[in-house]
Amino acid sequence: MEKIAGQSILNSLETQFEAFEKGLNGQSQSAAHAVRKEAFTSLMNSGFPGPKSEEYKFTNFTKAVEKNFQLNIANADFGLSDTQISGTQIQGLDAHKIVFLNGFYSSDLSDNIQVEGLKVESLAEGFKANSALSQANFGKKANFAEDAFVALNTAFSQHGVTIEIADKAVIEKPIVLYFIGDSSKGELSYHIRNIVVAGKFSQATIIEKFDTIGEHKSFTTSVNEISVSDSAHLRFFKIENDTEQAYHISNIHASQGANSNFKAFTFSLNGAMIRNNLNVKLQAEGIETYMNGLYLLDGKTHVDNHTVADHMMPNCYSNELYKGIMDGSSKGVFNGKIFVRPDAQKTNAFQSNKNILISDKATVNTKPQLEIWADDVSCSHGCTTGQLDMDALFYLQARGIQRDKALAILLKAFANDVLETVENETIKEYLAAIIEKRLEK
Amino acid sequence: MLSIKNLHARIEEKEILRGINLEIKPGEVHAIMGPNGSGKSTLASVLAGREDYEVTEGSVEFLGKDLLEMEADFRAREGVFLAFQYPIEIPGVSTTNFMKTAVNQIREHHGEKALDAVSFLKLMKEKMKLVEIDQALLSRSLNEGFSGGEKKRNEIFQMAMLEPKLAILDETDSGLDIDALKVVAHGVNTLKNKDNATIVVTHYQRLLDYIVPDFVHVLYNGRIVKSGTKELALELEARGYDWIKEEADATA
Repeated sequence: MEKIAGQSILNSLETQFEAFEKGLNGQSQSAAHAVRKEAFTSLMNSGFPGPKSEEYKFTNFTKAVEKNFQLNIANADFGLSDTQISGTQIQGLDAHKIVFLNGFYSSDLSDNIQVEGLKVESLAEGFKANSALSQANFGKKANFAEDAFVALNTAFSQHGVTIEIADKAVIEKPIVLYFIGDSSKGELSYHIRNIVVAGKFSQATIIEKFDTIGEHKSFTTSVNEISVSDSAHLRFFKIENDTEQAYHISNIHASQGANSNFKAFTFSLNGAMIRNNLNVKLQAEGIETYMNGLYLLDGKTHVDNHTVADHMMPNCYSNELYKGIMDGSSKGVFNGKIFVRPDAQKTNAFQSNKNILISDKATVNTKPQLEIWADDVSCSHGCTTGQLDMDALFYLQARGIQRDKALAILLKAFANDVLETVENETIKEYLAAIIEKRLEK
Repeated sequence: MLSIKNLHARIEEKEILRGINLEIKPGEVHAIMGPNGSGKSTLASVLAGREDYEVTEGSVEFLGKDLLEMEADFRAREGVFLAFQYPIEIPGVSTTNFMKTAVNQIREHHGEKALDAVSFLKLMKEKMKLVEIDQALLSRSLNEGFSGGEKKRNEIFQMAMLEPKLAILDETDSGLDIDALKVVAHGVNTLKNKDNATIVVTHYQRLLDYIVPDFVHVLYNGRIVKSGTKELALELEARGYDWIKEEADATA
């Protein structure tokens, strides 16, 4: 048999999966468990992405995991103080708050949500009850056969939430999912799975934020399977500002119904290695999709954004704007795919990726990938990578502004394009403050 | 105020300034004229502190301090202002916001308190009138999509805001129609007083009808080859630069 990549992780996972199955009281006959088993078998057979994997070409997560982790799934042993926990939260944001500690739902810290049209439930409960929602969605959008890390997440799916927004419900406050990990006693690893269904004409904002506290390394994965029904408006934020020891793989797989509007925001501000897969299927007419991302990297942080806008039907619009500022010996990767299927006439699809390298050691690999099978479409893409505009810097200095300050002004202006797309003022200010502090260091 | 002695400067391997000597006192207006490529803009850039140029010889003293030792931003805070020949477009930064930062950094440099929002706005309104510039324009991205005249008026607006001791106008007249030229000149003349000085770098005499110089210097091949009063500018206008070149080449 041909040697597959990540064998040492697979060996460890095999033992763990047996133990995991034994611990699943009352779930082993569930429909969800059948999906888990399939995912696990798929992972065991195909292994993790090897060095030649096209999709992980610039981001060797397999090697990073092999080198740094035993991958023992976290237990509930959690010793962080309230101050440490509240420090990870977005101050002043009026929100529906859901908190997970080491991957386990915390009823103490989470809000008891009593809002008409909004149902937030534990994923495991849905699995146990064989709920229609989990059966209709679990493993249906995020294809584990295509990505080993999705398979890993699927096989060990147990924790997370299902968020159901009723037809016509307008949820005013953002729903924030805080995943807080304690790595003070040793390495930390857990996997989160969420299912989001936004009903017809509904409106909501969801934020997902992972934070690790402690000196040891963490490896977390999250998979969100999202249905945006006809005419629904959904915004989904990933805010990544974890420690330099935090390895994270994010998957957002969304499908949109007719005339719906989905906006995904990905802010990668810190971490060790981050991979963001954002995959949107525009499977009806009249859809609008926005994918906005900003990565502000320093030190050895490595951030890889892979996005797909899959236009399957006519008369849809997608717009993608990703910007990166790289300092230190950080590494950025951008791969943006736009598919325009034969039926997707009158598609408008735009993509832009712009990067500024501040240091000589920072790098970026950017690749736009357009595959168009329809003939009556308007598509454009552009990517730029450069240094800071020295003439602009001199201009500001010539007005008396100190060099560091001038540099910060220019970088903030560069980042602002993406920041300005955030409608919620509190979230925008929260992000702006982090960015400002970083740029004016 | 400004004392330039035997200034040599080059960009990469090319020597452009080859021994400039110039004394400027408070209250004076000096015009620097000369044919294309004579080094006029280089002199302006070197005084403002652009790093592309390397000073290889000579000295520049500004208000008793060694100007060449200072970074560009420090020079500006000390009172040197360069009105750019080609003002830079900076997307995402409004004139208002960046002027606020600049004004307050300069105030801080002189041990003064930062202006609050109201005082800043008041100052801005007053200076806007001077160059007939619209507030809406100043709220937009700096110089982005501005017409040539708007860019130059914005330069003089910034000069009015920062109240420099030494203003260097680098071909501020280029690309301006006569009305814009008058507005710009009016701004410069209003800002002039007995304590500050102005260097007007220009290729044509036209601007000097409106900003009347005390001295006119002709730069050629990186040296000042002739100095005089405003009559020299009129003579250059009438006779062109060839006779200057011939004179200079003959003595060289």
